[in-house]
Amino acid sequence: MSDIAMREDLLVARGLHTYYGASHILHGVDFSVKKGEALGLMGRNGMGKTTLIRSMMGLVRAAEGSVQVRGQEMRGAATHAIARRGIAYVPEGRGIFPNLSVRENLEMAARAGVDGQRNWTFERVMETFPRLSERLGNGGGQLSGGEQQMLTIGRALMTNPDLLILDEATEGLAPLIAREIWRIVREIRLSGIATVVVDKNHAAVSSITDRTMILVKGQVVYDGASEDFRARPELIQQHLGV
Amino acid sequence: MDIFSFLVQTLNAVQYGLLLFLVASGLTLVFGIMGIINLAHGSFYMAGAYLAFGLTSATGNLLWAIVLGVPLAMAIGAALEALLFVHLYKRDHLEQVLLTYGLILIFEELRSILVGDDVHGVPMPDFLAGSIPLDDTLSYPVYRLAISVVCVGLAIGLYFLIQRTRLGMMIRAGSHDRDMVQSLGINIKLIYRVVFALGVVMAALGGMLAAPISSVAPNMGGQVLILSFVVVVVGGIGSVWGALIGALLIGFADTFGKVILPDFAGVMVYLVMAAVLLWRPEGLLGKG
Repeated sequence: MSDIAMREDLLVARGLHTYYGASHILHGVDFSVKKGEALGLMGRNGMGKTTLIRSMMGLVRAAEGSVQVRGQEMRGAATHAIARRGIAYVPEGRGIFPNLSVRENLEMAARAGVDGQRNWTFERVMETFPRLSERLGNGGGQLSGGEQQMLTIGRALMTNPDLLILDEATEGLAPLIAREIWRIVREIRLSGIATVVVDKNHAAVSSITDRTMILVKGQVVYDGASEDFRARPELIQQHLGV
Repeated sequence: MDIFSFLVQTLNAVQYGLLLFLVASGLTLVFGIMGIINLAHGSFYMAGAYLAFGLTSATGNLLWAIVLGVPLAMAIGAALEALLFVHLYKRDHLEQVLLTYGLILIFEELRSILVGDDVHGVPMPDFLAGSIPLDDTLSYPVYRLAISVVCVGLAIGLYFLIQRTRLGMMIRAGSHDRDMVQSLGINIKLIYRVVFALGVVMAALGGMLAAPISSVAPNMGGQVLILSFVVVVVGGIGSVWGALIGALLIGFADTFGKVILPDFAGVMVYLVMAAVLLWRPEGLLGKG
């Protein structure tokens, strides 16, 4: 933990306010994730987790506040420019291109990272996701839910990111497949890539993250070490239970 | 009909269909990927023909006109996209139709001011000016064969670009999920600009190639526009390969319609369209 606190900030948001039409979704959210850090972002449905991510990615316009990626102000910047500063976003619902083959889904995204690193190649993605290597010629839409999730994570890695954002990566997956996804996320994290994980399985999330953040009605109500979060079951009761 | 006149008509149908494909491919790409109905697309065909006329007069050779005209058409396409069409992506179809109809009027007026309202002809390159004799009376012009060959080459090139290159993968991905493409660090606006300019170039090339065999005249874009829409609807909106099949089908319907049922020549194309739509309302390769 202590060494993470010393590290450089990768993605920082300050005082973010976002509206959908007349509804005020984010009420001044502060967010940060450092190089190599794993962050769990939690909250019940409709509390603003996805809106926070989409605001930081430039997919939704934040009305107020700042978004800095590697120290540079990026609020209002184009999504592709934000992504090119080292962020890969795997959205809820996965965002597979069903009209492209599995191989094409991966190849179209390939590029070097911000510092020119090419740690993640097509071959390495194949080693990490052996199931995909058997389905390269299939259309993206022909895969099972678990395979699609592997494909979007693999595709995100092909951009050689410094930060991987996973929104509801295990939603709708069979427990065995979900466990496989968690194993992969752990592996990615150990390779030094920072991760932001949004998931309803708080036990799994807090066990693989350094820090936990909880959003309630567009505000941060908890931001602390995941160890501390695990020691306080009342947080789950109060903010996350159904 | 004897075998040679059948052959001539078949070649004519193929050549006409392929030329229609050049124009229709851009129309269907721009609609399929950016969701824009571009009524001004026929004007790009006209612009190509007038570019061929102007540049052939200036350089003395259609080939030079094409070499110079293609980058010009690409620049015009990119500029139009950046200035006007970029504002249409999130608008509804009525606004798109209004703007692009307005563009037709502007382009026709510009043509009238710059070149006048006379009908012009463009000479074909000397080495393509001959004919291939088939029997005692029939022969087939080399230039028409050359058009077909060039169009087949362009269709193969387009196939390769869309199916086999990373740019093509990005274009196809962009037609499905624009946000996701951007989230992967790809500049979708640039991709749209390239696609639009490509569509303009294809249409303009159609006009340039057709210039020596059809007259270069006011309002020549209108007829082509309507037929291109027929092709796009028959082939399935957004499908480039549907457009190829649709264009050939329309080429055959029109050419053989004039020979077999000359009294109904004008409606053959539309009868074919109606028949296809009754059978497959989404078009031959449409996604329904």
